[in-house]
Amino acid sequence: MADTLVRPTTGQGIMMVNKVDIKMYQSPEKSTWCPGCGDFGILAALKQALVGLGLAPHDALVVSGIGCGSKLPHYLRVNAFNSIHGRALAVATGIKLANHNLKVIAVTGDGDGYGIGGNHLIHTMRRNPDITHVVENNQVYGLTKGQYSPTSEHGYLSSTSPDGSIEVAINPIALGMAMGASFIARGFSSDPKHLAQMIMLAVQHKGYSLVDVLQPCITYNHVNSNEWYKERVYKIEAENPNYDSTDRDAAWQKAQEWGTRIPLGVIYADPSRPTYEDQVPLLQRGSLLELSERAMRSDYDYESLKAEYM
Amino acid sequence: MVQVNDINIKMGGEAGQGVESSGAGFVRALAKGGLYIYGLQDYQSRIRGGHNFYQIRASEHPISSFSSNLQMLMAFDNETVTEHAHELVEGGAIIFDEGLKFNRADVDAGKVKLIAAPLKKIAKEVAGDDIMANTAALGVLAGITGYEISFMEDVIRRNFKRKGQAVVDANLAVVQRGYAFGADNHAADYQWKLQPMPNPKQRMVLTAHQAFCMGAVAAGCRFNAAYPMTPGTTIIEWMTAHAGKYDILTKQTEDELSAILMAIGAAHAGVRSLTNTSGGGFDLMTEALGLAGMTETPVVIVEAQRGGPSTGLPTKTEQPDLEPVIHAGHGEFPRLVMAPGNVLEAFHAGYRSFNLAEKYQMPCIVLTDMMLSTTQETIEPEDMDFSQVKVERGEYISKEQLDAMTEEWTYLRHAVTPSGVSPRAVPGHPKAVYITTGDEHDERGYITEDPPTRVAQMDKRMRKLEGARQEIAKPTLHGPEDADLTLIGWGSTYGAMKMATDILNAEGIKTNFFHYIDLWPFPAKETEALFAKAKHTITIEQNFTGQLARLMRVETGCVPNGKILRYDGHPFSQEDVVAAVKKEVNING
Ligand SMILES: Cc1ncc(C[n+]2csc(CCOP(=O)(O)OP(=O)(O)O)c2C)c(N)n1
Ligand code: SF4
Ligand SMILES: [Mg+2]
Repeated sequence: MADTLVRPTTGQGIMMVNKVDIKMYQSPEKSTWCPGCGDFGILAALKQALVGLGLAPHDALVVSGIGCGSKLPHYLRVNAFNSIHGRALAVATGIKLANHNLKVIAVTGDGDGYGIGGNHLIHTMRRNPDITHVVENNQVYGLTKGQYSPTSEHGYLSSTSPDGSIEVAINPIALGMAMGASFIARGFSSDPKHLAQMIMLAVQHKGYSLVDVLQPCITYNHVNSNEWYKERVYKIEAENPNYDSTDRDAAWQKAQEWGTRIPLGVIYADPSRPTYEDQVPLLQRGSLLELSERAMRSDYDYESLKAEYM
Repeated sequence: MVQVNDINIKMGGEAGQGVESSGAGFVRALAKGGLYIYGLQDYQSRIRGGHNFYQIRASEHPISSFSSNLQMLMAFDNETVTEHAHELVEGGAIIFDEGLKFNRADVDAGKVKLIAAPLKKIAKEVAGDDIMANTAALGVLAGITGYEISFMEDVIRRNFKRKGQAVVDANLAVVQRGYAFGADNHAADYQWKLQPMPNPKQRMVLTAHQAFCMGAVAAGCRFNAAYPMTPGTTIIEWMTAHAGKYDILTKQTEDELSAILMAIGAAHAGVRSLTNTSGGGFDLMTEALGLAGMTETPVVIVEAQRGGPSTGLPTKTEQPDLEPVIHAGHGEFPRLVMAPGNVLEAFHAGYRSFNLAEKYQMPCIVLTDMMLSTTQETIEPEDMDFSQVKVERGEYISKEQLDAMTEEWTYLRHAVTPSGVSPRAVPGHPKAVYITTGDEHDERGYITEDPPTRVAQMDKRMRKLEGARQEIAKPTLHGPEDADLTLIGWGSTYGAMKMATDILNAEGIKTNFFHYIDLWPFPAKETEALFAKAKHTITIEQNFTGQLARLMRVETGCVPNGKILRYDGHPFSQEDVVAAVKKEVNING
């Protein structure tokens, strides 16, 4: 993965040659994360992926929700919309429909993306807009100081589950498959190189792509620690070079693996599924932004509407 | 005494019996004849059965309200008779199919005529199918009122064209037989007549929602996301029906949260965006309203009110959401609220909402209601003037301007300025890469909790309201400047209050009428000026608590002398207003 390459950019339809360098992504802001937080690895991987894809900061737009993880877009210089808790995917979809020239990436926590944002999640999966969704899955509510989350394991002890959480954890991989997500991968924040690859593949995939990222929360989640993950994770590719992520049955099997062994890599992909935008004839003529700017210059005939009511 | 072109006709029946299409057909025929029409619809939240009606008022003069006094009732079911026969005036008539069974004792036979017409029989004999009984009924109606049949025939040709010539011909034959029945047997002793005007002027007959959409699309609105909820749904249905012609993208979403958030996303990306809902859906949108306020994203929300709270009265009219939309959302942020009262005000709100939302970079809520969603009014086509629709984007930085910026220039999305408005660039340009957030932020958009920065950002957001205040539509005054009685209202009560004001003045009660269109920022100065002069003030609203009256009091200290409130789900007729006002001021009418 080269840190620097020369490429044309697509911003607002202009073609110009731009040098993409990881320094372009340097934010003036200092992070507020706990030292050692897994979110640092995710931030590094996302930057690497954007550079690796040759995207300049103005080509991409990162939407996040609220949580420790959702602060991420403040720590890299890129177009960003840090929205509200659970709502990133809906905002991201609106942005994508309005300007599909932007590479739209949603970054959320597990509570954010799988809990409060659950309704948007399942419908975005069905809808299949060309959006990449990176979930910083630390299996806990970090920012609100350690309550159990939708991915916390059954029996997880926290301030609001002193006798252990009663619900079973969401399996985002299987959920994604059931709801029609067209690309599902899992990464690990302590392996940013592999994670960057996952994100690049996800962004390159046309359609909704989920990258569920195992992310140790060193402050609150003392069960699913860095060591806990390290003992369990393995790379699908390394173990089985012939693994076919487009084979639904094989992927469904892989999706169930959790506990003693946790697979990392692209678990499922359906590159044949058309995106939402691809199925809107209007958007084949250009971005809605371009059409709407034309509308604001008023080249349309409105007078003829009157006849409908006469 | 024969009265020409001054009639109120009510058609009633079960859902699925074709009340709406019959009413719409007759409205069109009358409008083609150059008459002014006012069409009121009332239906229940069910697809079959229940009781629905369509009330048509026709006149040679402009009309902006319906009347409680009917001259004709067309009954497709017996409930129409039991519910509405008492609304008929002396000499009025009920047209019904001879097979319809109802208790004749419900009707005062000395006062109104019962016209048992062989509607199904005609349809069956002429066309072999009694589903054309409605067409026969329209024929009878035209025959009795003496309205030229060619106008009915034109409507039939137009409406049934899609179904083929055979259907057109059958309907034409049925309408003619119905016409002959009415003209031959009942025209002579029925005193209300309808006549096309000489050289009839062609006018538009439409609803406020349709007019709003026309204003919005002309202002460049190209994205509309919504989750269906009556009476807001007619907005996205209009936009979808016109999507092909105007390159509009509409999106039905999983819920109202998603609807407003997609609109916010699309607006952030630079597209003029709309969402529509009713009170229940607006409750869900509330969370995102503050996000639009904080990120300074222009977005327009149509909140079409219906009877509340909760699911309330899904298809009935009410004005219960004025205070909710003004105050919705935790924390303090600026917003605009407008409440058009008729078709033309809705047209203006269509483009004004987008212009003001974008100029001041804040959400704009347009309050309508069931009444405005379904009621048809007649307007002069030249009054809907598209040439006055200007796109005003305010401090919007174009791509060309960005291209011209030097490398050293740093874009500050939330720059603190004297007006509070920060020049807005849309994402996608290398010279304006920025973040924005619903967290408190600095000028660049980065999260901060620094007190001076917080204060500066809060001040600048709220300061925008001062500019907006100069541009809102001021309340209008109808009637004499100097009056003994001042009626005050907002939104869809406009038409009935205006006509009631004219009636009261004609009766010698000197009355004027103050009507609010834009309600936030609240037109305080105008309200104070009114109260400085007014002798006796009465607010009229369709809610329980008198929300406008309370708002006036909170914002200005002005307290009306009386309040007239209605919350039974039905709109005010002009007579309802007159009677309620007289009762309020103890005048025996
Ligand atoms: C509507 C709403 N409810 C609750 C909160 C409080 N809140 C902020 S972040 C958060 C949970 C964060 O957990 P997660 O999404 O997993 O992100 P993390 O902090 O673990 O990265 C909650 C409950 C909020 N901001 N908004
Ligand atoms: S609380 Fe947990 S998730 Fe949040 S910054 Fe600290 S380590 Fe990271
Ligand atoms: Mg979490």
